[in-house]
Amino acid sequence: MEIFGIPHQAFMGQLLLGLVNGAFYAMLSLGLAVIFGLLDIVNFAHGALYMLGAFSAWIMLDKWGVNYWFALILAPLVVGALGVIIERLFLKHLYGLDPLYGLLLTFGLSLILEGVFREQYGVSGQNYPVPELLSGATNLGFMVLPNYRAWVVVASLVVCLGTWFLIERTRLGAYLRAGTENAKLVQAFGVNVPLMVMLTYGAGAALAGLAGVLAAPIIQVTPLMGSNLIIVVFAVVVIGGMGSILGSVITGLGLGVVEGLTRVFYPEASSVVVFVVMVIVLILRPAGLFGKEA
Amino acid sequence: MKLKTLVAALAVGLGATGAFAQTSTGPVKIGFITDMSSLYADIDGPAGGEMIKWAAQDFGGKVLGRPIEVLTADHQNKADVASSKAREWMDKENLSMLVGGTSSGTALAMAKVASEKKRPFIVIGAGSARLTNEDCSPYTVHYAYDTVALAKVAGNALVKAGNKNWYFLTADYAFGYSLEGDASNVVKANGGTVTGAVRHPLNASDFSSFLLQAQSSKAQILGLANAGGDFTNAMKAAKEFGINKTMKIAGLLVFINDVHSLGLSNTEGLQLADSWYWNQDDASRAFAKRFFEKYKRMPSSLQAADYSATMTYLKAVKAVGSTDADKVMAEMKKTGANDFYSKGKIRADGRMIHDMYLFQVKGPKESSTPWDYYKTVAKVPGDQAFTTVAESKCSLIKK
Repeated sequence: MEIFGIPHQAFMGQLLLGLVNGAFYAMLSLGLAVIFGLLDIVNFAHGALYMLGAFSAWIMLDKWGVNYWFALILAPLVVGALGVIIERLFLKHLYGLDPLYGLLLTFGLSLILEGVFREQYGVSGQNYPVPELLSGATNLGFMVLPNYRAWVVVASLVVCLGTWFLIERTRLGAYLRAGTENAKLVQAFGVNVPLMVMLTYGAGAALAGLAGVLAAPIIQVTPLMGSNLIIVVFAVVVIGGMGSILGSVITGLGLGVVEGLTRVFYPEASSVVVFVVMVIVLILRPAGLFGKEA
Repeated sequence: MKLKTLVAALAVGLGATGAFAQTSTGPVKIGFITDMSSLYADIDGPAGGEMIKWAAQDFGGKVLGRPIEVLTADHQNKADVASSKAREWMDKENLSMLVGGTSSGTALAMAKVASEKKRPFIVIGAGSARLTNEDCSPYTVHYAYDTVALAKVAGNALVKAGNKNWYFLTADYAFGYSLEGDASNVVKANGGTVTGAVRHPLNASDFSSFLLQAQSSKAQILGLANAGGDFTNAMKAAKEFGINKTMKIAGLLVFINDVHSLGLSNTEGLQLADSWYWNQDDASRAFAKRFFEKYKRMPSSLQAADYSATMTYLKAVKAVGSTDADKVMAEMKKTGANDFYSKGKIRADGRMIHDMYLFQVKGPKESSTPWDYYKTVAKVPGDQAFTTVAESKCSLIKK
């Protein structure tokens, strides 16, 4: 059986691989959407935070022998804490200004972070081994899937759905959403809005850090790994609708699949296909697929 | 009013630089344009620029009584950035010689500028053999290696060992095409076949999809016609997906930095072609030791060549007593190079003909000291490694 001229099995394999990459897009664009939705900050430092997550994991392993499973918890905490510091030191001065200021500030921060790591570790990258428990591969019949990649999809779906549930379905989430609608009013009800905003940015940063740890065993850990990805992730957010949480998750997974299939039909275009989709979506639905028209 | 001031300022600025460009008594300026910050920055990059400065210092810091000044710039792997920087230096800084770093697209673009402005252009990091074939120029010297040599040295050995059926994973730009094409020619000339190829964008984020396509081709050997971060990520994914169990993998351009970053356990047994290895002889080891003290890593073949090429150029300038491009080019083509990096001669097409090596990566147990990574499988004489006079497509070669 063939689909679009390629064997059914190969097609299924590529679909699955697209989903794995989409899982990363989903997790990163989720963090961006949360930060944009609640803080109105276009967080260009997201790629650098992702890189920091991967580097923290690698440094912990290299220097202190901290294994993958602990790194999975510790590295996002480190990156989240850094996020809190960034918010307190810099971003809090920018609330109420044009979002452009936040964009420029976070872009500058990411250049600094990347530069520091490039100076220290070079660009060749560090090798982070796949954790023992997840090494090996499973034969699915149509392809051999490394166990680690299956784990990535599961982990990212759990994280994405958890975040969505927290924001859309819990009381805390209701406070957060209300705080962004009208901070003064929510504050008047006795909710500490600045604290909430600070923790939100920290949580968004931690999500990026977590994605970094998940990516470390798959690709070389390099200072440039974030900047290679961040532009695509921004396109994902724009396509999904700025600030839409569920939208960014679904779009992330969907675009991963679209990109994966492009790698089969016309590999040369695989690095631009996301932007082609972005252009089409912006023409037809300027607010994005899941965004509300202003 | 504002516009007037601006125009006036521009006129003054242009006038001043125009006058400056006429002088030939100021410093002798050597330019170096390479990837300083992206995926090729470790194999060449800032350390490569430092090697050029070392060569200038070791030469005495002066030539023809004029101080030597080294300018460096990052081309970000963009051909237009590279060529406009080269043009700017040649027009405004009175640049005497340009060293071209990694990435073939940028080197091809800079070669055109250097040829137009008549300045010696020594290519180190870029690999496309077009530089001394279809796009050859009287002012280009291709110093270190090229795609033909990589294909001949690594390809010949692999095909002769029985790996007849090839599939390529190719970086989608000038260098990748050259390497794939040259390697395909070698495979076919030795009675092998090429089943197909898949092209990936430069700096690709994920290789699993491309590798799966390669695997379904059922070819015996997967040739990686890419370099730097693309090579390491492809190797890593190949191991993860078990591609290396069903196909043999050949890296067509591998630098010692790549082997270091992947680790010996991921690269053991890999055969690769290179122009130089630090642990070859005493002079090379001495150079490597000095490099290691500053950078805490060993130099790549490109960084050694950056040093050597600058020395070769400065010796030629001293010998002819001028920075005149035609005189210096003639001298370099007459005397060639003779130092720890290589003993080579430079042909009329600009190709430096020198020995190339086929190395094999040691296993973790065989490696006794840090960075002790290669054992030499074969030393291939230059006239067998590079494009022969008969094969050359360069109009400067008299057949």
